[in-house]
Amino acid sequence: MEMPKPSPDVLSRKSALVARLSRVLPEEAIIHDPAETRAYECDALTAYRCPPMLAVLPSSTQQVSDVLRICHDENVPVVPRGAGTSLAGGALPTADCVILGVARMNEVLEIDYDNRFIRVQTGRTNLSVTGAVEEEDFFYAPDPSSQLACAIAGNIAMNSGGAHCLKYGVTTNNLLGVTMVMMDGSVVEIGGAHLDAPGLDLLGVICGSEGQLGVVTEATLRILRKPEGARPVLMGFNDNEVAGQCVSDIIKSGILPVAIEFMDTLCIRACENFAHAGYPDCHALLIVEVEGSDAEIDYQLSKIIEIAKRHDPVELRESQSAEESAKIWLGRKSAFGAMGQLNDYMCLDGTIPVSALPTVLRRIGELSEEFGLPVGNVFHAGDGNMHPLILFDANKPGDLENCEAFGAEILKLCVDEGGCLTGEHGVGIEKRDLMAHQYSPADLDAQMAVKDVFDPKWLLNAAKVFPLDVSEPRRMAAE
Amino acid sequence: MKPMRPETEADLAKLVAGLENPVRIVGGGTRGIAGPYAEIETGALRGITLYEPGALTLVARAGTPLAEITATLEAEGQHLAFEPMDHRGLLGTQGEPTIGGVVAANISGPRRIQAGACRDFLLGVRYVDGRGQVIKNGGRVMKNVTGYDLVKLMGGSWGTLGVLTEVSLKVLPKPERVATLSVGVRDAGTAVRVLSTALRSPFEVTGAAYDPDAGKALLRVEGFAGSVAYRTGRLTAELSRFGEITEEAGADTLWAGIRDAHPFHGQDGDVWRLSVKPGDAAEVSARAEADQLLFDWGGGLVWLRVPKGTDLRARLGVFSGHATVVRADAETVARLGRFQPETAAVSTLTNGLRAKFDPRGLFNLGLMG
Repeated sequence: MEMPKPSPDVLSRKSALVARLSRVLPEEAIIHDPAETRAYECDALTAYRCPPMLAVLPSSTQQVSDVLRICHDENVPVVPRGAGTSLAGGALPTADCVILGVARMNEVLEIDYDNRFIRVQTGRTNLSVTGAVEEEDFFYAPDPSSQLACAIAGNIAMNSGGAHCLKYGVTTNNLLGVTMVMMDGSVVEIGGAHLDAPGLDLLGVICGSEGQLGVVTEATLRILRKPEGARPVLMGFNDNEVAGQCVSDIIKSGILPVAIEFMDTLCIRACENFAHAGYPDCHALLIVEVEGSDAEIDYQLSKIIEIAKRHDPVELRESQSAEESAKIWLGRKSAFGAMGQLNDYMCLDGTIPVSALPTVLRRIGELSEEFGLPVGNVFHAGDGNMHPLILFDANKPGDLENCEAFGAEILKLCVDEGGCLTGEHGVGIEKRDLMAHQYSPADLDAQMAVKDVFDPKWLLNAAKVFPLDVSEPRRMAAE
Repeated sequence: MKPMRPETEADLAKLVAGLENPVRIVGGGTRGIAGPYAEIETGALRGITLYEPGALTLVARAGTPLAEITATLEAEGQHLAFEPMDHRGLLGTQGEPTIGGVVAANISGPRRIQAGACRDFLLGVRYVDGRGQVIKNGGRVMKNVTGYDLVKLMGGSWGTLGVLTEVSLKVLPKPERVATLSVGVRDAGTAVRVLSTALRSPFEVTGAAYDPDAGKALLRVEGFAGSVAYRTGRLTAELSRFGEITEEAGADTLWAGIRDAHPFHGQDGDVWRLSVKPGDAAEVSARAEADQLLFDWGGGLVWLRVPKGTDLRARLGVFSGHATVVRADAETVARLGRFQPETAAVSTLTNGLRAKFDPRGLFNLGLMG
């Protein structure tokens, strides 16, 4: 993976920079020993590593502002970092950068149940936001698989989703306001506990900008009352196309399940061996979950089962208890771990229109033969967000490259079928060079123009999202 | 002057590239944004280009009448869940609302409190920027984090960043049954407590309004018939301590009336819209000394009618939220600004964005910033 060449000038000024930073940060918040900066050399896309020049761990908006002002002044690139769980390399450093980690900023600042919001520092983890409001039966809806570890800062940067967004939306639909520090150190307040922006929807473009526009230090998030209950039904089919048709028919019937999850044979078997969830051995497995009171759940599930029966399922199992529900979900939730037992894997994140499902799965099967690498499919079927998991052997020379080439073909296929490169993980470095397949030069230029406004010097996470050759004139001009 | 009316996106792009003077962009012309400029009408860019009920997705050209979209969705038992307001009754405008206008102004109705705003349902856009280039962003799928979300930026930009040519929207099933509970309340403070209590419940209230003239807090519950009966029962039990509860008939008309600020139709004076923290609604709106009030979004949206030319923002002082002029004469709008003035930091960003998207300053000048 190509990254911009580190600036010898910046590297040569390291000790002067440390000296300046130590005037605004406590000593233990500045990490400059190469043995320690190594801890920040990668995120969850572990195939790519590069220790940063420095890492800093501020504990307040003021400190973040001080750090950015100094780096801006010194023309030092900055890579913001939440919990480092990005699957797309969003927090991958360059050798001449300062990693700005927000992990120490994890306080709850305000909880307001009557107005249904919570304000937190963004280093707080996703799950602990829900944890803070659970006593009143509230929750924070976006639920990425990494929710135990991932930080709200990263969720905002990547506009993270999760299994339940068919009903509750993704981060951008649950974000009400931010305190953001700009690269020059100035602090901007956008949005708040009220709904809707007064002017341009800056919040909308900040969410999902992959840490390239500013560093969000505080966030006002919408919290929701938990439903009275939730229950899944599991169904198995011997044909992907039929399963896809079943999904479409459920949606057309007027029911809006909270989640519709899909797994193919390879994943079903891996999960079953790993978690013993009692999954049937078949081509396509669906988990459909609905919410409400017991009677409401019964009614919706009976309608869903009636629809499923028209499609000759090989298995149809309505959960009868909390234990059974947990068991049904256990397999799905351990999908990544189960696939990891088989081999190294690369997890893709393309999204397709639900109607393109059979075509895309068939083509992925063909590509799997061509590249000689097995692939399992597990995804959020209600919204077409696929997660093909390509198995490869990281120790085998050439296997990673082959796997990446295969992955690129799958993502291009998603775009060609009317979808997109990434549904919830973000572009980062991983899909950076495929952007030109989805967007024209003018489309990319319009996006980069936004960065020109927020970060005219192109210092914040500048090697991400846009193909390097496309962003080069801007990065060079800013230097 | 006769409005310019390009027949295709390509014609529009060519037209914009050759513009020498500022223009107003007009969909159906129902939202009251006329100005002293030549007009570009999008009405000829018309038609639904894709509708997949099983994928909950609809794509339409910007000039497509909203009525055509509503009817097409209706045939499949679906709808635009953000229930866009119709401004004609309030503003006395003519014409047919278009989907492009709805998106450009991020128009949302009562269900915004539960389902989200127009911008939350907007999946993709195509537009012509100030250089006359056709730009696309987002797409037709529900989850998409590929590059920056210019979709959100274009939604609610009131045509100041570009001319929308096509929009993709997420649609939802239309509920089988709708019921409205009305709670008799004497003051705004109690009303907001009723609405807040209902919105804090797990019973999925999709409308939460208060009409002071009727002395009623109104709650809407939607879904399958059995579920609606169950939830209205539970809500009735929880809310009876606040006042007398009755079930209102004619839910569709009632909520369309709240959506369109119907009680204000034909009444003299200026009309404003406040976006506030719901719990602040009673206190902040009391400062306005308004002639008439209407609360929606659990108090988060306050409609106010005040005497002509009133500087409402001066009356309100500092509050968390913002105030927008919806109906007033041109002099008042020019003097006070349609939208709440931005902080200097935000203004730097929005002006910067406008300079990038519309470098020659052609589009809807003076409307936003």
